[in-house]
Amino acid sequence: MTARRWPWAAAIGAALVVTAAALAAFAPLASRSREQAFEIPKGTWARRMAGAKVEILPAEIRLTLGVRDILLLINHDDVPQTFGPVLMMPGQSFRLPFAVASTYTFACTAHLSGQMTIVVDAEPLPGWARLSWRVRALARSGRWA
Amino acid sequence: MNRRVVLVLCLLVGASALGAAEGPELKAGVFSPARVAPDFTLPASTGRAVTLSQYRGKVVLLSFGYTSCTEVCPITLAVLAQARRQLGPAGADLQVVYVTVDPEHDTAEQMRRYLAHFDPTFVGATGTPAQLAAVRKDYGISATRLPVPGGYAYAHSSYVYLIDRAGKLSALMPFGHAAEDYVHDVALLLKK
Repeated sequence: MTARRWPWAAAIGAALVVTAAALAAFAPLASRSREQAFEIPKGTWARRMAGAKVEILPAEIRLTLGVRDILLLINHDDVPQTFGPVLMMPGQSFRLPFAVASTYTFACTAHLSGQMTIVVDAEPLPGWARLSWRVRALARSGRWA
Repeated sequence: MNRRVVLVLCLLVGASALGAAEGPELKAGVFSPARVAPDFTLPASTGRAVTLSQYRGKVVLLSFGYTSCTEVCPITLAVLAQARRQLGPAGADLQVVYVTVDPEHDTAEQMRRYLAHFDPTFVGATGTPAQLAAVRKDYGISATRLPVPGGYAYAHSSYVYLIDRAGKLSALMPFGHAAEDYVHDVALLLKK
């Protein structure tokens, strides 16, 4: 590439970056489902009783209002489990919608620490909030949201 | 072409019917499938024993706490009382049952006096430590006694169970919801 073409290439690159940032900042949030599902697999209790360290849930679950704001817990194990805030029978599911951005802490026997934290973020508004939310989501899950 | 149009219309009508069948969603967390609420019989603030299943036909809001609680119970009970008032005549089909985690202090009479501040129709249940521990286990309720300056306190589960008219443990409302959310959910459960 000659020296004369560099400014044009830089300008086009900058324009692409700005366009991508604008799209990320203002494009509507799309999500096939607003549920974030977690499952206790069959045999979890037995494995724990056998001494295995089984961690099913992340220590912190992040949800976002308007995008992914419904926590879905499913107990596939053969015994009742206290999963987050609830006692769930074998085969039972629990679907909890969140409407308020906040940090929720629950006792939880599914965690080795005995505690589960759910951070519910506010719906990212168009602009800087949506752009930074998309960048964080991309870094976390490797997927565009 | 006409067949295609008819097929699309049929699919649309079917999808609409399914959507209508699902109905509006509860604000509370919903169990699926709902199990029968574990029954119990305990001494109550009414002066007689209370059996949970005696309220079949009503929607029951089941809460756990203690009358000396300063952070959770007064708020929960005030919200439930407000919700019952907002329900108007339908509130007659709502029963609040409040089970103590502190039987040492919460006698039936103490619970009657305490609950009367919120709503005289609320029923408080007490019992022996073993009776109450068994009920807590059935409902997955935690209650840990902690020493505090000048006495003790309990760290306890703060959510409220919603039991439908058939006695099924349908849903669970986390702490912090407004009375309007209870009104919304109780009204839906009363229609079932």
